[in-house]
Amino acid sequence: MRSRSLFSLLTLVGLAALLLTACGGGSKKKASSSSSGQAGGTLMTVAKGAPSGSPDPQINYTLQEWQLLIISHDGLLAFKRTSGTEGTKIVPDLATAVPKAQDGGKTYVFHIRKGIKFSNGKELKPSDVKYTFERLFKIGQSPNAGTWYNVLVGGDACVKTPSTCDLSKGVVADDAAGTVTFHLTKGDPEFFDKLAVPFAFILPTGTPNKEVQIPPPGTGPYKWVEYNANKQMKLVRNTNFKEWSKDAQPKGNPDVIVQKFGLSAEAEVTQVENGQADWVFDTPPSDRLNEISTKYGDQVHVNPLTAVWYFAFNVRVPPFDNLKARQGVNYATDRNALVKIYGGPKLAVPTCQILPPNFPGYKPYCPYTKNPGSGKWTAPDMAKAKQLIAASGTKGAAVKVNTDTVETDKALGLYFVGLLNKLGYKASLQALSPDIQYPYCQNSKNKIQFCWSSWYQDYPAASDFLNILLGCGSFIPNSNASPNIAEFCQKPIQAQMDQALQQGITDPSGANEKWTAIDKAVTDQAPWVSMFNPKYIDFLSKRVKGYQFSPQWYFLLDQASVK
Amino acid sequence: MAVFEPEAEGIVLDAEETGGGIVGRSPWALAGRRLARNRIALAALVLFVLIVAVSFAAPLYAKHLAHTNPFESNISGTVTIDGKTRQVLEQGGGKLGLGETPIGPTWHSHYLLGADNQGRDVAARVLYGGRSSLLIGIGSALMAAFVALIFALVAGFFGGWTDAIISRLMDLIWAFPLYLLAISLATVLLTSPHGLTIGFIQVAADSLWIPLVIIGIVYVPYIYRPIRGQVLSLREKEFVEAAIAQGASNLRLIFTEVLPNVASTVIVLMPLMIATTILTESALSYLSIGVQAPKASWGTIIQDGQELLYTRPWVAIAPGIMIVLTVLALNILGDGLRDALDPRSKVRVKG
Repeated sequence: MRSRSLFSLLTLVGLAALLLTACGGGSKKKASSSSSGQAGGTLMTVAKGAPSGSPDPQINYTLQEWQLLIISHDGLLAFKRTSGTEGTKIVPDLATAVPKAQDGGKTYVFHIRKGIKFSNGKELKPSDVKYTFERLFKIGQSPNAGTWYNVLVGGDACVKTPSTCDLSKGVVADDAAGTVTFHLTKGDPEFFDKLAVPFAFILPTGTPNKEVQIPPPGTGPYKWVEYNANKQMKLVRNTNFKEWSKDAQPKGNPDVIVQKFGLSAEAEVTQVENGQADWVFDTPPSDRLNEISTKYGDQVHVNPLTAVWYFAFNVRVPPFDNLKARQGVNYATDRNALVKIYGGPKLAVPTCQILPPNFPGYKPYCPYTKNPGSGKWTAPDMAKAKQLIAASGTKGAAVKVNTDTVETDKALGLYFVGLLNKLGYKASLQALSPDIQYPYCQNSKNKIQFCWSSWYQDYPAASDFLNILLGCGSFIPNSNASPNIAEFCQKPIQAQMDQALQQGITDPSGANEKWTAIDKAVTDQAPWVSMFNPKYIDFLSKRVKGYQFSPQWYFLLDQASVK
Repeated sequence: MAVFEPEAEGIVLDAEETGGGIVGRSPWALAGRRLARNRIALAALVLFVLIVAVSFAAPLYAKHLAHTNPFESNISGTVTIDGKTRQVLEQGGGKLGLGETPIGPTWHSHYLLGADNQGRDVAARVLYGGRSSLLIGIGSALMAAFVALIFALVAGFFGGWTDAIISRLMDLIWAFPLYLLAISLATVLLTSPHGLTIGFIQVAADSLWIPLVIIGIVYVPYIYRPIRGQVLSLREKEFVEAAIAQGASNLRLIFTEVLPNVASTVIVLMPLMIATTILTESALSYLSIGVQAPKASWGTIIQDGQELLYTRPWVAIAPGIMIVLTVLALNILGDGLRDALDPRSKVRVKG
């Protein structure tokens, strides 16, 4: 998932660092579970603005809203609600168990738990599941309906004519037997992940088949009582909730969770310092980092993310249609300088490859460094860079470095303008508004040459990076929704990706080995300058206890205690 | 005969300054003497000239004193101050060590006012920024004055339909929200792969000509209106009618009878317009739609400094002070010029 341009600051459903606490790279404070937390009180959080896009849970695609949707709604499956690598595990939620694949991964039978009620008092039935998936298509604006869920039998027809969507062959509900059977057109190794994100959270039958302005009733421990984009979002306890699985949906601690809007990031930090707010959603501004680091160190948690920040070359437009030119720029890049721009070595780690650390298929690999071999980036190799660029014959070409006007992104762009000029190009900066920069870069009509972007995982699968961002199918000419900004498409590599996807249905670990090789092959082709893997800062008030960081959902708001 | 309207007699006999002897002086000489007697206006003039001089000496400062290229990032660089070597961007303190803070003012030739978040010398950038801001400010004010003068002379002199059409066009520009117009134009130009192409003229998207022309166009009506009013009035004066009676052509009437009488108004307006256009340029650049990085203007440096207000306020304060001083100097100078050239005028433009 793209981090900001499309969505908000750290949109994502990131499965961040699978390691974190477990590997010692994450928060150093031991997290307490909800059972040890004190119930009651109001968790007051602050954000600059409301989540971008619609409040509708089947449309919204931001971390900001998803962090709250996971405590008000449930899917058939869920990512285990805990910190560390465990947080990436799929566990049963509204279903009694994670089903086994039948028919070569084309059929799954889910048994629905009994006695679960929506916050409006209605009991959950298997037919609600079918209704939910049909609504996903019928509302016509769900960003991933066509790419994630069209694998359901009937899904393609629903994408074409949403209003008459009929999934009676793809999602077969049997209220009497308490089962839901999914029929897919082909095996999908990521199908369980897709069932565990808010697009697939179950809504009661009768929810309007049009965009709603506040999330409708769900089955989680909280319910939405206010969604005012100019003021605040507010959730209170759902009195119909009874905990059925601590792993999937534990009961929460605060009685009320509020997120207020309208403050600047500076003011948000000051409110937390003064105890007026408990948590800052937005990343603290760079000029406050030193202060919170020195004065409020005990209230800060830093966790690695499974995300990558990069500049994409356009491999079809000169001068970077030349492999040597792309590799030359990669060798010349001082990734330590880029890390400094982002906030320093405690907030980001240099990288050369596509997959982030602690991710399925990841093995450290960095050819674009002085003294390669360790897999880690150590220093730029200017001599090699200049040699490659001279050999490419691209010296003197004009290059537009495209980025947005957000402070950090613009600073990264400026770094590359200087570097490219040093390497003999005639570089200039093209800093566009964050609202248009990402779609602008995606559209091949604009013939971008070198464009800033970032990607935060949707779920823990190597294809979410390699196939989504660099697969042939992800390059859609003349479209604003073409995530393969580099326009990179190499048939032999794509064939390897297709094989890995197929193998993933039955043999995930074997498939991951293939993804490792693909990561290496793509990195060698240098469609990007991969810069660094970022970390995430949570800044909490003194009274907040029981902090937990899920690699999938980040700070688990409801597991915190403010009493 | 051309008559300089502020002192309608054309030649003024100034007894006071010649110790009783009567000496004939032209209106321009008189204005010069009045200006010379206005010490505050002179001080403002000196300050403005000083600002222009130091700004245009930016390359000398950067090369020989600061020893830096203010357009190149120096993120991993170091600087030696009083024998101690320091990182230009220093890692945050505390047990977490979060963030990177640019070095603050050293009060030495290197990084006199500190560094920005690219590790560039703020003092050198402020001087370079002055070049862009002054160039655009003066250039756009001159352009606006020139275009406005032509239109005002034509509209005021010929009147009727010509006046109506030109005046409505000016009303249209006047009514258009300045920043909305600038943002729209800049967005179109910035996203265009090849900048702006008009016939055989091609302008790069990051060219200084773009903010200069945008600001120049927007301020044409501000000068057009007072001048047109004056021309309408002058057109009916006896000396113009006399020239008509003598068979003077329209062109001759405009350039020899009317123009000299509105010149003083334009001169009075110029410093005030320059002050206004410098402020506009700064605002546009602050919004990222004026001067484009890595080029600098006072507005872009303030924008860079906004993110460092808490830790390195000088990055934003230094260009802010330069803007204040420049605008103040130009406003005082404008007032002084008005008093000198046109003591009876009520023209006021707020800078």
